[in-house]
Amino acid sequence: MRRPAFRRSRGDGPFRFATTGAGVILLAIMAAIAIFLIVKAVPALQANTGNFLTEKFWTPNATEPKFGIAALAFGTVLSSLLALIMALPVAVGVALFISHYAPRRLAGALGYIIDLLAAVPSVVYGLWGVIFLIPFVKGPWTFLNEYFGWIPLFAGDAVYGKSMLTGAVVLAIMILPIIAAISREVFLQAPRSLEEASLALGATRWEMIRMSVLPFGRPGVISAAMLGLGRAMGETIAVALIFPATFGITFQVLSNDGNSIAANIANGFGEATPIGQGALIASGLVLFVITLLVNMAARLIIARRKEYARAAA
Amino acid sequence: MTVSPMPPAVITRVSFSRRLKDRVVLGLVWLAFAVAVVPLISVLWLVVKNGLARFDAEFLTHSMRNIGARDAGGGAYHAILGTLEQVGLATLISVPIGLLTAIYLVEYGQGRRLAQSISFFVDVMTGIPSVVAGLFILAFWVLVLDMNYSGFAGALALSILMMPTVVRSAEEMLRLVPNDLREASYALGVPKWRTIMKVVVPTALTGIVTGIMLAIARVAGETAPLLLTVFITDSINENPFNGPQMGLPLYVFDQAQRPNVTAVDRAWTGALTLILIVMLLNLVARLIAWWRAPAKGR
Repeated sequence: MRRPAFRRSRGDGPFRFATTGAGVILLAIMAAIAIFLIVKAVPALQANTGNFLTEKFWTPNATEPKFGIAALAFGTVLSSLLALIMALPVAVGVALFISHYAPRRLAGALGYIIDLLAAVPSVVYGLWGVIFLIPFVKGPWTFLNEYFGWIPLFAGDAVYGKSMLTGAVVLAIMILPIIAAISREVFLQAPRSLEEASLALGATRWEMIRMSVLPFGRPGVISAAMLGLGRAMGETIAVALIFPATFGITFQVLSNDGNSIAANIANGFGEATPIGQGALIASGLVLFVITLLVNMAARLIIARRKEYARAAA
Repeated sequence: MTVSPMPPAVITRVSFSRRLKDRVVLGLVWLAFAVAVVPLISVLWLVVKNGLARFDAEFLTHSMRNIGARDAGGGAYHAILGTLEQVGLATLISVPIGLLTAIYLVEYGQGRRLAQSISFFVDVMTGIPSVVAGLFILAFWVLVLDMNYSGFAGALALSILMMPTVVRSAEEMLRLVPNDLREASYALGVPKWRTIMKVVVPTALTGIVTGIMLAIARVAGETAPLLLTVFITDSINENPFNGPQMGLPLYVFDQAQRPNVTAVDRAWTGALTLILIVMLLNLVARLIAWWRAPAKGR
């Protein structure tokens, strides 16, 4: 706000400069991330004897480095999509439960329980996955393979605990809280008047939700799903422990085949030569770009929705 | 002629199929919540059950130096120490930058293009995969500046993950400060920067602290950036500025990969310690929020 000029203080300029500077530093960091990843990736890409985009090998530490992102990018996208398919219905159900079904007094506590899911460090989920989940899912996965093997997704003859599907289950657990939290927020914003109007017209609770809450919340749920997708694609440690870490491309999610960009960075970093590190950085750059696009799209949907919400209020 | 009574409670006469649908959805929604809670209970139960086995004084006070993977004993002192130092340093770096940025966005930036782009990129930054933050510090600090792997490099990577969270939560809290307070202060002739430091920030302080604690809790469990920047060591390294240092998440990751019982036991205990630290930070954050919350007409 505008103040009389005669009281202009000496501290104002520097303070304003400091706060603006901090903001500019944040922008500079974002730019620096892109620049330094590119700078370190280029030499490795130049030494690459294969095609980075189509090659299914990852041998950057050999004397003739040959590596490509194809299998890794495929695994990243496939596992994240599987996780999203599993997490989205449950998360929307949880959000509805907390916003419209749970007793008012309990809702806060129940929301906190779901937040706890997000507070558990990812390495703990990784440990849980390796020690508990992998042996545990062998039974159900064998069942899936035996009776639903005619679906290409569950085909193949080998059934291992360590598989894309197991990793996707863990990813689904990890992205559930963020999708549920955002969905809950938008469901709570649904106009009361609409809800009450449909109830007054004799709608059951479900009909009220279907007709007024869900259509209103749809853009929010979509962007929440995309934020969850972005998070699943970037998740590293849990999947590094669970994915089989091979370089095939297959839709057979129960097979002992599959990897992701992030998991490959975690697993391959230890024995990487300088070229190998450059190759991993190049793959990280691809991951950075993919997650950036997904997140930006999600943010744009949210931003558009904000205006809509204000107009509707 | 008798008056025919109103048909009793028309509104409750909902056709069977509609009522059934309503009931089915009610069941599904309850089921969804149950499904979401099952893994949480399973994880917490197993971590507590398996973690307590080695949760003893030796674990908390000894490192892994000269202890083979198959040997019993050993501890996570070096990793706990490393985590505290790295997270502390990350907080020291990211809180001033994050807080100042939030002040800029709320107090100075209104409507400016710079503020809009900062705001947008802060949002985008929240979505940066932690492993990419680690790769960036690896590329910048270790490979370009030719510095060694160190706890400080890890702290730099963690602070990149912390900053956007700090900005967002602080911004939200600063916006909640009523404008009347600012105007009252200006009316007394207090310069804007002193108004911000003496009136606006103190008013929002508990909310800001809560946000910072939650941000700390989040990065304390990050593993991937540490893996790339602090490296794995079995020894105690008290100096975060020189040489490889361990971190607790990294310790869990390292021990979990070793295929023998003693290492896996240590991994569970490490996970228990990590969860206790994270939950404690979460709890403190929520206590602060609850304790100093402005009275909401209860």
